[in-house]
Amino acid sequence: MNKNTEIKAKPRKNAVVMFIHKMGSPPWFYDFTGKFIPWFWLIFGALTVWGLYLGLVKAPADYLQGESFRIMYIHVPAAWMSMLIYSTMAVLGFIALVWRIRIVEILAMSSAPIGAAFTIVTLTAGSLWGRPTWGTYWVWDARLTSELVLLFLYLGVIGLYNSIDEPRKAARAACLLAIVGAVNLPIIHYSVKWWNTLHQGSSISLLGGSSIDTSMLWPLLIIAIATKFYYAANLLTRARVSLLEQDMRKAWVREVLKEKN
Amino acid sequence: MNAEAAGGSLSGAFFALLRRDLLLAFRRRTELLFPVIFLLVVVSLFPLGIGPGPQLLARIAPGVIWIAALLATVISLDALFRSDFEDGTLEQFVISGHPLTLIALAKIVAHWLVAGLPIVLLSPLLALWMNLPMESLGVMILTLALGTPILSLIGSIGVGLTISLKRGGQLLSLLVFPLYVPILIIATAAVMAASDSLPYTQFLGLLLAGLITSVTLAPFAAAAALKISLS
Amino acid sequence: MSHTPFIWAAYSIGAVVLLWCAVAPLAKRKSIATNIRRLIQIEERSRDSDS
Repeated sequence: MNKNTEIKAKPRKNAVVMFIHKMGSPPWFYDFTGKFIPWFWLIFGALTVWGLYLGLVKAPADYLQGESFRIMYIHVPAAWMSMLIYSTMAVLGFIALVWRIRIVEILAMSSAPIGAAFTIVTLTAGSLWGRPTWGTYWVWDARLTSELVLLFLYLGVIGLYNSIDEPRKAARAACLLAIVGAVNLPIIHYSVKWWNTLHQGSSISLLGGSSIDTSMLWPLLIIAIATKFYYAANLLTRARVSLLEQDMRKAWVREVLKEKN
Repeated sequence: MNAEAAGGSLSGAFFALLRRDLLLAFRRRTELLFPVIFLLVVVSLFPLGIGPGPQLLARIAPGVIWIAALLATVISLDALFRSDFEDGTLEQFVISGHPLTLIALAKIVAHWLVAGLPIVLLSPLLALWMNLPMESLGVMILTLALGTPILSLIGSIGVGLTISLKRGGQLLSLLVFPLYVPILIIATAAVMAASDSLPYTQFLGLLLAGLITSVTLAPFAAAAALKISLS
Repeated sequence: MSHTPFIWAAYSIGAVVLLWCAVAPLAKRKSIATNIRRLIQIEERSRDSDS
């Protein structure tokens, strides 16, 4: 009995382990992920168009805020992504530091600029949403202040990574910084939230007041899913380019370029 | 051995050195952003530490923005001569036959373009964050445009004096902040006068006079400081 | 105050930032390709001069 189940169990386990091992090889990773990227872009495009149509055209104007609430469809998904990407970067960074896997280092470092981009989009969209809603482009409310601190954390990781010449050493240092930032992040969020209530009494929120109707919710979720595909496509593109750059002198890179030309 | 005998014109040397320093700075483009990010972080710390109350922020805005500019400048000053000092290029400049004053001036101009000009360009964002009244925004930008070159010029003297020291960076702040006090006082006076709709042009005139004086005198002092440090 | 310019501005800035973020690695790939071509040329030249 035991012998039979043991023989059946082993190949399945080996397939997964083999897959993970293969992903660690740069030429195989480059090849494998390259097939997915166009599909991810396609799905991102389709979902975005659909979500924006539902959100900008079909959903009715908000009873309290008028048309400006439509900025929510870019502000909120961008905010979600900015935090999701930082957590992902920290997790990847942890794996990279503990297991010293080069591909994971590259994935972690490639995530940083994407996360920073989403944070910038969150801040600018939030600022532009605030102008018609509160009358001013910037208010030190809990969300915007937290996002600003998050942006500084991202810029720190990017800055540290770019200032060390040796790529693997630079990645390890920046991954450590990302982990430290991730541990700090909940503390920062809560302290900023507390600071906000302390100084302003009632908490101001861009979405405060109106409850979200389902017709408003669907576009939000669709665009939120779309942004995940953007992240996947962009991350893999950046990781592949980093691999080309770091392995410039290796044969597999020359082969890849020959195939392209 | 003078400049002509060395085979180059004065203006040629100036622009060549300016171009070289800018090229070097742009090779490490990310490092250009460090003083900028520092500026943004420092200004953001004030509402976090004091509270976001709009009136309070508006009152302290001129001082906060100017102090942040001072701090950002001092941080970026060390890079002014350091890499050239460390690899011996600075000594080559001294024996080159070109006047060290001109070399110092070229490096200071490069420093301002890379470190001071971004402060001027970012000031509207900082003004927004600190709730600076709209009427004084123009004056704010003007004081920064006139004042940051003075910061670079006077700062270069301090850098020249401390370049050969191990803890030069820390001593630099100590040396240079007292020299910066008049600029801080006059600049913030100008902005606060503008917010209260009082006359402010006399302050701008003083800043302009300070700029002209420093452009003519500071490079000499910086060159003398470098010669002492290299001796 | 009409809200539409703000909506337009928010979405356009968002689009520009995300577009630039998506395109930047492609520009980098081009410069890497040029660098590699240059590397190959240097290697071939040194090989020729050795032989």
